[in-house]
Amino acid sequence: MAYSTKVIDHYENPRNVGSFGSSKEVAARRDIGIGIVGAPECGDVMQLQIRVNDQGVIEDAKFKCFGCGSAIASSSLATEWIKGKSVDDALSIKNTQIVEELSLPPVKIHCSVLAEDSIRSAIDDWKKKSGRAAGAAPAHA
Amino acid sequence: MTSKNPIYLDNAASTRCDPRVVEAMLPYFSEKFGNAGSRNHSFGWAAEDAIEAAREQCAALIGAQAKEVIFTSGATESNNLAIKGAAQMYARAPMGQSNRGHIVTVAHEHKAVLDPVHRLEREGFTATFLQPPADGVITKAMVEAALRPDTILVSVMWANNELGTINEVPEIGRLCHSRDIVFHTDATQWAGKMPTNVEADSIDLLSWSGHKIYGPKGVGGLYVRRRKPRVRLEALLDGGGQERGMRSGTQNVTGIIGFGKACELCQHEADSERPRLLAMRSKLESELTSRLDVTQVNGHASRRLPGITNISFAFVEGESLMMGVRDIACSSGSACTSASLEPSYVLKSLGIGDEMAHSSLRLSMGRWTQPAEIDRAIELIVGAVTHLRTLSPLYDLHKEGVDLTKIQWQSH
Repeated sequence: MAYSTKVIDHYENPRNVGSFGSSKEVAARRDIGIGIVGAPECGDVMQLQIRVNDQGVIEDAKFKCFGCGSAIASSSLATEWIKGKSVDDALSIKNTQIVEELSLPPVKIHCSVLAEDSIRSAIDDWKKKSGRAAGAAPAHA
Repeated sequence: MTSKNPIYLDNAASTRCDPRVVEAMLPYFSEKFGNAGSRNHSFGWAAEDAIEAAREQCAALIGAQAKEVIFTSGATESNNLAIKGAAQMYARAPMGQSNRGHIVTVAHEHKAVLDPVHRLEREGFTATFLQPPADGVITKAMVEAALRPDTILVSVMWANNELGTINEVPEIGRLCHSRDIVFHTDATQWAGKMPTNVEADSIDLLSWSGHKIYGPKGVGGLYVRRRKPRVRLEALLDGGGQERGMRSGTQNVTGIIGFGKACELCQHEADSERPRLLAMRSKLESELTSRLDVTQVNGHASRRLPGITNISFAFVEGESLMMGVRDIACSSGSACTSASLEPSYVLKSLGIGDEMAHSSLRLSMGRWTQPAEIDRAIELIVGAVTHLRTLSPLYDLHKEGVDLTKIQWQSH
């Protein structure tokens, strides 16, 4: 399978790789949302961490990905796109935009779906932890 | 980026045709182009003579008589002809009935064995698919335990194509002979590389292929035992009655000549190639497993072909690993490299887990692989695995001591 030059670029120079600390540390922080989607036995796991300020703007994003080149590129691209966006704007990102940007073939569309899921999942997590989710306990300021 | 000299480590998929093979084939394209079936002129005689000489070369490689070798289009056809042909010939009940006979084979056989057996199941035969143990080696005892009074055919590959593991083929052959059961072996990865003697090894039907042994694609052989016992097959292709009626169709003269030459070269050179291949395999395995943590060689530790190794690099996905080592041509058990999006059923059958199957590379050496290429491949793989592990959330969790099997994953 031939990869697009954009996929290769993200694979070789992934943007925003990393995390904001160990899994225990980040779990305790209310300004950080974590999304982990996929499963090892399916061959792809994406971890997206977002740091969100009081205004609901994603100030920083970090990813790690176990998966094929297209999965790595999709999650790398996702971090680029959501940084500086409000969580509401980030939620409007659609997997089809990722497919288009990276010229993913049909067999790799699930990678883009996973990236979209990881954004949703990380934002959901942040909302819960920061007390903004519907029904969530209010945060202690 | 792909350099000018990629390293070819996919010799279990196909090999470079030996220039001596090509040279032997060339006259038969446009000078001696006759149909071996043309019995009344010199063009036909030249083709027929050449085919019979090739048949001798092929038979000599496996310790058979020339008359016992049937030329086919490759190992897939040989397997189909052996399995379907024997089952139909030795069926215990006519077509349309059930309980026509029992077949024993193995879950990690090639699809060219499994799918014919599945078809036979739909046509009234029953089958047992042996589950390999963790080391991948099928023993005589496992086959013996599966035999039934109505077993008519056993098909066990000599060496596995993904793992290189070697099954107890001569022992299984002797067992089948003692029970009057036809024994077929898919020797695609074995013949031409390892010593083979259908008499001493008690084999009734043996499939092998040209392009795995430095010959051309599109040609292969099926050994069909003619005495003690005489094995008969029902043909799959009807027509002109070529190949003793077992494989009608004008013979692929150029291919057959190339196949014959390839067999002859292997017969003389395989003994000296094996130690060279084994040295390269050992270096790959020892360097990669010592320099990278949570890395394992799949299959039996020693009972494997010298030229094939299958290694899982935990927490790194196989397709992205291949992307990271684009200068190496190899295969992966990762789902992403297959059309089906399923990880290798061969690795799964050993119980090594889907995630380790996703993380595997098969590296296979051959006649032209150089030690310097192995050294370079080791550096490339170590570099790519290290890079991908910096990206891997699973490797982080592993480092933190988290048991990944205890996590509730959101599979989709």
